[in-house]
Amino acid sequence: MSNGQTRFHVPTPPYRPGDEPDFAHLDLQKAGEALRPDPAASWQETQDLATGLVGVLDHNHQAVGAWNPELSPEVLREGLSHMVLTRIYDERMLKLQRQGKMSFYMKSTGEEAVAVAAAMALKPTDMVFPSYRQQGILFARGRNIVDMMCHCISNSRDNLKGRQLPVHYTWAEGNFFTISGNLGTQFPQAAGYAMACAYKGEDQIAASWIGDGTTAEGDFHAGLTLASTYRAPVIFNVVNNQWAISSNQNIARGDAPTFAAKGLGYGLASIRADGNDFLAVYAATQWAAERARQGKGATLLELFTYRADAHSTSDDPTKYRPKTEFDRWPLGDPIERLKQHLIGKGEWDETRHAKLEEQMTALVVKSYKEAESHGTLHEGPLSPTESIFEDVYAKPDWRLRRQRQDLGV
Amino acid sequence: MPAMNIIQALNSAMDVLLERDPDVVVFGEDAGYFGGVFKATDKLQEKYGLDRVFDTPINEAAIAGMSVGMAAKGLKPIAEIQFSDYIFPAIDQIVSEMSRIRYRSAGQFTSGCVVRSPWGGGIRGGQTHSMSPEAFFTHVPGLQVVVPSNPYDAKGLLISALESGDPVIFFEPKRIYNGPFDGVPDTPLKSWAKHAKGEVPEGHYTVELGKAEVVREGEACTVIAYGTLVHVAQAAAEASGIDAEIIDLKTLVPYDVETIAKSVNKTGRVVVAQEAPRTSGFAAELAAQIQEECFYALEAPIFRLTGWDIPYPHAHEWAYFPTRDRFARAMKTVTEA
Repeated sequence: MSNGQTRFHVPTPPYRPGDEPDFAHLDLQKAGEALRPDPAASWQETQDLATGLVGVLDHNHQAVGAWNPELSPEVLREGLSHMVLTRIYDERMLKLQRQGKMSFYMKSTGEEAVAVAAAMALKPTDMVFPSYRQQGILFARGRNIVDMMCHCISNSRDNLKGRQLPVHYTWAEGNFFTISGNLGTQFPQAAGYAMACAYKGEDQIAASWIGDGTTAEGDFHAGLTLASTYRAPVIFNVVNNQWAISSNQNIARGDAPTFAAKGLGYGLASIRADGNDFLAVYAATQWAAERARQGKGATLLELFTYRADAHSTSDDPTKYRPKTEFDRWPLGDPIERLKQHLIGKGEWDETRHAKLEEQMTALVVKSYKEAESHGTLHEGPLSPTESIFEDVYAKPDWRLRRQRQDLGV
Repeated sequence: MPAMNIIQALNSAMDVLLERDPDVVVFGEDAGYFGGVFKATDKLQEKYGLDRVFDTPINEAAIAGMSVGMAAKGLKPIAEIQFSDYIFPAIDQIVSEMSRIRYRSAGQFTSGCVVRSPWGGGIRGGQTHSMSPEAFFTHVPGLQVVVPSNPYDAKGLLISALESGDPVIFFEPKRIYNGPFDGVPDTPLKSWAKHAKGEVPEGHYTVELGKAEVVREGEACTVIAYGTLVHVAQAAAEASGIDAEIIDLKTLVPYDVETIAKSVNKTGRVVVAQEAPRTSGFAAELAAQIQEECFYALEAPIFRLTGWDIPYPHAHEWAYFPTRDRFARAMKTVTEA
């Protein structure tokens, strides 16, 4: 019999298609207001940071407060350039997928800062364990665009020999770990990698990224437990873009105040930062990296952002959220905000920006032509068919040798 | 050479590996200070230090996931899952990650490591301390699966496993940790000291992965077994007087097809044995392969001697387990067919 009080509760998004989104209820901490403890601080000193919001760029696009990383205009322009390239690349690849040039694609529109700024704040030697939506790291680390495209169209120059879906990049030379389709598995792996760095007494650290939805996976708990137990020099990034395909972030978060707050329960330093604020992402990553290198252990960073586009080329977001949500998103667009900041400083202008976009578009178009010259998924040439039997083991055993013969290759 | 039981041989293998290579690390639940619930890692922490042999949180996915991360950095992890019945929380990390890192990265990253786990029944372990989950792993490209049956092989195979550079699921038949078992319920424990394979060299040596061994030559039929059942099969041959040729498979993936075919082509009659439930078990793979390979030599249907398609029972353990008597009946069936 009902006691009249228990009710099965299923969270719903604040807005559905047709609703007028209004994010006033978010009550986000203003840029410049968050205190910046020493990176060697105890995790307890991050409690307000885990529920607040570290921001540097204010409404007027000025850099304010203790978290301002005081980056030079050159570094800021570099960051802007990587983000612009990421977005243009994404647009182009989407178009190519629509033309049937590749099977699948995933954009990172609106989330360029969480990848680019973080990568720039880390050392190039630090190992990154990304999810499928941090392609900005590759641009920030100078990955050859033709090689990225060759992977996405699975041609004869694909460094993964056509074995993986598009956007599942791997680049060992750039310390970019092999991306998996299985969500969350990279968190315990990054912890293990970081433990190995500490074991070897090296300065190297690891960083990993998952989305808000993936925090519900057991591996989120496994990764945080390992990092906490062994004080691993790792940075765990939760990119809270509000959406896991069609599920709102509250399906994974429940009644927890923030995803960052979950880190406190593990005794980890935990910070929520404005994921659309290049300077805030940079500063928070820099803080966490310094903490890790000082042997103070892991940090959980929640990057608060918004997935501006579809989950993937197989998704239509108008079926579950208002079209206008991103326009109303209070934290804006990471590229536009950094651009306005640089313009405000007299270090950038609309003409230069238009020229940058033009250059990047030309680079992407030219790169694709070159990539296509090495083949496409549908027309070939692909990697040699017999290569499907390689790399299963260091050396193929009798089964694989026979099966290759059976296939006649 | 000193006499060792399987636990001591495994301990010795890890000692040798830790001694030779600073990249080797050993860990698992209770594997550090306490030396493991079966004592396989006894005294290793004391000898090599807290950072080389250590305790882990009770989280099998974490154990497997950190192994993958450590291997990517160049360490050579030997991870322990306390019972193979508890390996399932690590399945995603093992199947989706560990097994595929080399393949999906086209060789840019590797995940060479060993996941050790006590395995099999015959110890009144009930449902969650008796399982033989090898078929879950033999079905996964990229993994090697090993089941030793004696102290000499346990040490040599464990050393080979870690040195292979590819991930190995290493199942340890806990029924025979302390002595061979003849498959007669409640039989008194025999010592490894009286067994030829109980003699174990102190230092480094290897037993080749992928190689089976004919442990009893015979003409009447071929029996293929691994782990505890190798000994049960031998006892059954002696007790029944059936001149069976008995193969200890040792490595399930990649299994030694040549040794199997040679024997079956000679005898024409086969029993494939496993403790695990029958349907889709590893014996099914062996039976199918033998049928393809040796069809014209076969003089009787291939007999699968297995556990039943039920969860491993407690009170009726000996109705489930392929005992010496069931083995003898199976051998009689194929030889008289």
